Amino acid sequence: MLSSIAKPFAALALAAALISIVLAALGASPLGVFAALAEGAFGSWYACAETVVKSTPLVFTGLAVALAFSGALWNIGADGQLTIGAMAAGAIGPHLGNFPHAIAIATILAAGVLGGAVWGGVAGWLGARRDVNEVISTIMLNFVAVQALSWAVHGPLMEPSRAYPASSPIARAARLEFYFAPSRINLGMLLAVVLAAACYMLLFRTGAGFELRAMGRNRRAATFFGVRIPALTLWVMALSGALAGLGGAVQVSAVSHRLYEKLSPGWGFEAIAVALVARLNPLAVIPAALLFGALDNGSQAMQRAQGISPELVQVIQGLVILIILAFDTPAWSGIREHIFGAPHDAAAPPPVAEAPDA
Amino acid sequence: MLEAFLTSAITMATPILLAALGELLVEESGVINIGIEGAMLAGAFVALAIAYFSGSIALGLAGGVAAGVAINAIFAMLVVNLAVNQVVTGTAVSILALGLTGVFYRKLFGVTGKAFMVAPIAKIPLGALARIPLLGPVFFNHNALVYFTFILVPAVWYVIARTRYGLRLRACGERPEAAAALGLGVVAIRWQALVVSGALTGLAGAFLTLAYANTFVENISAGRGFVALSVVIVGRWNSWGLAAASVLFGAAMALQFGLQALGTVVPYQLFLALPYALTLVVLAGFGGQAAAPSALGEPYRRD
Repeated sequence: MLSSIAKPFAALALAAALISIVLAALGASPLGVFAALAEGAFGSWYACAETVVKSTPLVFTGLAVALAFSGALWNIGADGQLTIGAMAAGAIGPHLGNFPHAIAIATILAAGVLGGAVWGGVAGWLGARRDVNEVISTIMLNFVAVQALSWAVHGPLMEPSRAYPASSPIARAARLEFYFAPSRINLGMLLAVVLAAACYMLLFRTGAGFELRAMGRNRRAATFFGVRIPALTLWVMALSGALAGLGGAVQVSAVSHRLYEKLSPGWGFEAIAVALVARLNPLAVIPAALLFGALDNGSQAMQRAQGISPELVQVIQGLVILIILAFDTPAWSGIREHIFGAPHDAAAPPPVAEAPDA
Repeated sequence: MLEAFLTSAITMATPILLAALGELLVEESGVINIGIEGAMLAGAFVALAIAYFSGSIALGLAGGVAAGVAINAIFAMLVVNLAVNQVVTGTAVSILALGLTGVFYRKLFGVTGKAFMVAPIAKIPLGALARIPLLGPVFFNHNALVYFTFILVPAVWYVIARTRYGLRLRACGERPEAAAALGLGVVAIRWQALVVSGALTGLAGAFLTLAYANTFVENISAGRGFVALSVVIVGRWNSWGLAAASVLFGAAMALQFGLQALGTVVPYQLFLALPYALTLVVLAGFGGQAAAPSALGEPYRRD
């Protein structure tokens, strides 16, 4: 049995070794590739700023996933929730030209929150009232969201010249400003950090957060202690969706300024890696998101310098999740049983998970 | 027109049905594998790469099968042996396969992705049957993989519903502890289901590149693995139901291509979203997992 200190390092070493094997198979030098990734992500002031910008949606979706997973609600649908949030923001954004800046910003972000909350809430409602596994419903809702966005930018929201499948740009008043142009640094990351702190407080300093973690640890025991599982499921899924949807609205307001197909390159799935690296701790989601945002940002430079396509980042994401799962981290005891299965030691409580859920 | 549409519907249904039949076996054993998308993608890429460089379709198919099995073996090691969360593992496996196929595709075939084509698998018209008006071309003029897939439907039904092995499989999915108490090797049976499923899913991927597209593009599976997941639910965990749902979704895909070509007012996205939306409706209507194995998705750990 590895000690709790040695394990994370062993996991990191294994990840690096496996990625090096993949790189060797591609005929690339692992050191050269890692150096190019770092150079692309942090090589200049502008690169660092862009790493922050690329990490911002990952903080929002990472928080969405961390919150839901804390209650053993496997929200695989942050991508769809972000997409619907972005759609709501992109739909209302062009019509906010006559409003003061602050009101326009508040409106466009609220639209994102609402859109995401509805999309997450549908999965929550299906789980709470119809006993539908949220895994399946959120996967299905992801695909419906992708098609809805595709339809919107080819149809009702298509820009007037109808030259491109994209929406009209949002009004200037509704755009989060770039404070240090030409870098795209904006208030989005600050908002994300504030929300991370709020999620931390919610999860670890409130009764609702305690109930959520109790549900994640042991659903049946939580029921005995009076946790109303259906209501909690509905609200947590809606809140999780709202966080992801807000991430979509921030992306539209600050970076893309319009809608187009496949707006999200998979932030909702990358968020699973972010949340697991952060061990579902909302505050740790920030550095974890920066890590994966840096990989995303560095991947273009890596392609130019080393001829390895940016999909390498997905290889890294997948391997990191699998290795974290395989390396049963004991520090993460709250939800460990649900993610990693029942503990080995005989002193552990009897595995209630085997009984059908009430 | 109708004939072409129906033929296309059967073709489109084939890879979905292949993967769904594999997933059915896995789910009957109590495991939910949302990594099928990854196994399909890996099968598609490896099958094409091997067929392209060796010039042999048979070697390509074997490679696709092997790739699907390899991906499922990674999944099985984690969820069956280490009993970790099946959902998160499945997602990770899909992301990993998407990344690996993307990276190696670019490496082998260049940044521009110059088209690398293979000859399509030959069609085998079934004698007089193929000459029946309408029905002949629609059902009896396909390649061997299509026939194989539809023959699997009664075969899988028979194995699950009528054999001792099927009974053991279902016992693992309903009450793994009880099955283990009776001396059944839950771990071994779940591994077997995942290996067979990996082979079928890899073959489904190989179908996409060798029999349908005749080339590879990134993310060529385009959600078909998840449609297979839908098919198992909409088909109510029954082989015949799976076949019906696959043909329905295959028809929706075929119709979508037709509509895009015609440029009609009906948005084609409606048909692309159909499998997923219908799954939600079916789940909401039937209410949860009424027909699903009781222990589906629950990790099982030997004591």
